Amino acid sequence: MITKEEVEHVGWLARIEIDAKESDAYAEKLNSVLGYFGQLDEVDTEGVEPTYHVADIVNVFRKDEVTGSMPQEEVLANTEHKQEGNFKAPKIM
Amino acid sequence: MVYENPDGVRIGLEVHVQLNKLNTKLFCGCSTKYHDSEPNTHVCPVCLGLPGSLPVINEKAVEYAIKIGLALNCSIVEQTQFHRKNYYYPDLPKGFQTTQYDFPIAGEGKIIIEGEDGEHVVGITRAHMEEDPGRLQHMGSIDKSKGTLINYNRSGMTLIEIVSEPDMRSPKEARRYLDKLRSILDYLDVFDGDLEGAMRVDANVSVHWGDRVEVKNISSFKGAERALLYEIMRQKNHIRRGGEITMETRHFDEARGVTISMRTKEEEHDYRYFPEPDLVPLRVADRVPKVRETLPELPDAKRERFMEQYGLGETHARALTTEIKVANFFEEVAEKVDPKDAAVWVSDILKGELNYRELSIDAFTVEDIVAVVELVTGNKVTEQSGVEIIRTVLDDGGKPQDIVEKKGLLKVEDDIVATAVEEAIAENPEAVADYLGGKEKSLNFIVGKVMQKTKGRADAREAREKVLAKLKE
Ligand SMILES: [Zn+2]
Repeated sequence: MITKEEVEHVGWLARIEIDAKESDAYAEKLNSVLGYFGQLDEVDTEGVEPTYHVADIVNVFRKDEVTGSMPQEEVLANTEHKQEGNFKAPKIM
Repeated sequence: MVYENPDGVRIGLEVHVQLNKLNTKLFCGCSTKYHDSEPNTHVCPVCLGLPGSLPVINEKAVEYAIKIGLALNCSIVEQTQFHRKNYYYPDLPKGFQTTQYDFPIAGEGKIIIEGEDGEHVVGITRAHMEEDPGRLQHMGSIDKSKGTLINYNRSGMTLIEIVSEPDMRSPKEARRYLDKLRSILDYLDVFDGDLEGAMRVDANVSVHWGDRVEVKNISSFKGAERALLYEIMRQKNHIRRGGEITMETRHFDEARGVTISMRTKEEEHDYRYFPEPDLVPLRVADRVPKVRETLPELPDAKRERFMEQYGLGETHARALTTEIKVANFFEEVAEKVDPKDAAVWVSDILKGELNYRELSIDAFTVEDIVAVVELVTGNKVTEQSGVEIIRTVLDDGGKPQDIVEKKGLLKVEDDIVATAVEEAIAENPEAVADYLGGKEKSLNFIVGKVMQKTKGRADAREAREKVLAKLKE
C-alpha cells in the first residue's frame, strides 16, 4: 500500500508540488496501478531469466568518431535564462 | 615492523577518472576536446537530454574500461548494463545520470602500494562506467551567490569511478594509492591526467573503527592528503571532547584547509535506480582476451625488470618507473651509457632539476643527457659542471657541448691543478703556517686560492686532496 506520505515524498523527489487533497487522490490511483503489478507477481517465474530489456539484443555500439555538436545559439535557444554562453539557474547551494 | 595504526584510521577512496583521451563522449559523438572552448559548444541533443534523442555507447570507452579493470586486477563482469540514477540537480539536464549499478563492468581487484610498513595491498571494490555531469559555476561567493551558470561541455564525458576498500591507514597511504593509480592509468594511455578535472577524489574516513564520514570536493592529490589529515584530527578531537562521530557528508574547503558539514537531507540519497531503457545490455566477457593482449607492462612489472635487467636498486627502479615517460626515457639513455650512471643522472639529478622547475621529462632530450653523462664519466667535466650544464639547457637552452665551450667548463688538466696548488701554497705562507699550527679553516682558504687560479674548473674535492698531500710532504 502506498501512503499519502509516500506520495508526497515521491513528489518531492521529482520536484512536483502535490498538495494534501491531491496526495489522497494520487495514493488511491497509484495503489490501483500497484494492484495490477500484484497480479503479475502471481505468475510463477521460477527458472526464468530476468529481462532488463525488451529487445533481445546486446552490444549496440558506436565508433569513437566525432560527429559534431550544435552551435551555441541553438543549444541556448530553448531558454530565456542565459549569460555569456551559459545557462543561468537560480542560486544553488 | 608492523604499522600499529594507533588511531584505528580507515580510509577508502572513490576516484573519478575522466577518459579524456577518447575522441568522443560516452553516449554521443560530441568531441571531448572542450577544455579551451566557449561554454556549451560541445553539446548535442543527447548530452543535453533533449526529448527524442537516443544515446549510443562508445565502443572504445568500453574497451578502455575493461583495460583499466584488468590493470587493477579486477574480475570483469560477463554482462552489464546501464541504469538511470535519478536526481534533480542542474548539472545534468536529463534529471538522471546514466551509470552502472548492480553489474559494474569491473569487480573486485587490488593495487599494491608502498605502505607504512612495506608493501600494502589496497582492495578495489569495483570500477564502473558513468557519464560526467556538466559544470556549475556560482556567480559571486557561495553565500551571496546571485545565480548559477551552467556549462554542459563536460556533460556526457566518460568517467570510470574506481571505489577502493577502506584499506588505507593514513593520509600518506591514501596519497600513495592515488599516485599509484595515476601511474597505472598513465601507463594505460587512457587519459591525460594534467587536464583539469581528469581525476576527482571523494574520501571516506573513520577513526577508532567508528562510523565513516564522507569528504567530497577534493580537487587534487595534495588536497586529498590535507583534507584527510584535517578530518582525522577533527574526528579525534571530537571524540576526545566526548562527542560521537556519525555518518555524514562533509565538503572540503581547499582554501581554508577544513572540512564543512553539508547537512544534506537523507532523502536526497533516494536515487530510484532503474535499467536505462534506451541502451541495450553489454556482453563484455568475449572482449576481455583481446583487450588483455593490449595491456602494456605495468609499473610493478617494469620495476622488477629494471632491477634485474639493469642491476638497479629498488629506489632507483621505483623512481624511474612511476611515470611511463620517464621509464621510456631512461631505457633509451641506458642503451647508450652505463645503466647505473643513467639511473643516477636521470633519476637523481635530471628529475630533481625538472621537478624544481615544474617541468616534465619532455623538456629534456635523451641525446642531451647522454652527452652530459659521457662528459662526466669521460672525466671531461666535473659532476658539478654536469649539473650546471643540465640547468643551463633547461633555463637558457643550447646543446651541452656548446655550453661546455661557452662557459669554459672543460676540466683542467692535472698538471695545471698541480701548478696552481704549488703556487697557492708558496704565495700564502701565513695560511700554511696557520693550518699546520692546527687552524683547519686555513685549508679552505688555500683550496679557495687554487680554485681561483683554475677559474673554478678544477674539481674542488680533488684540489683539496692535492693541497693536503702537498702539505704533508
Ligand atoms: Zn553530445
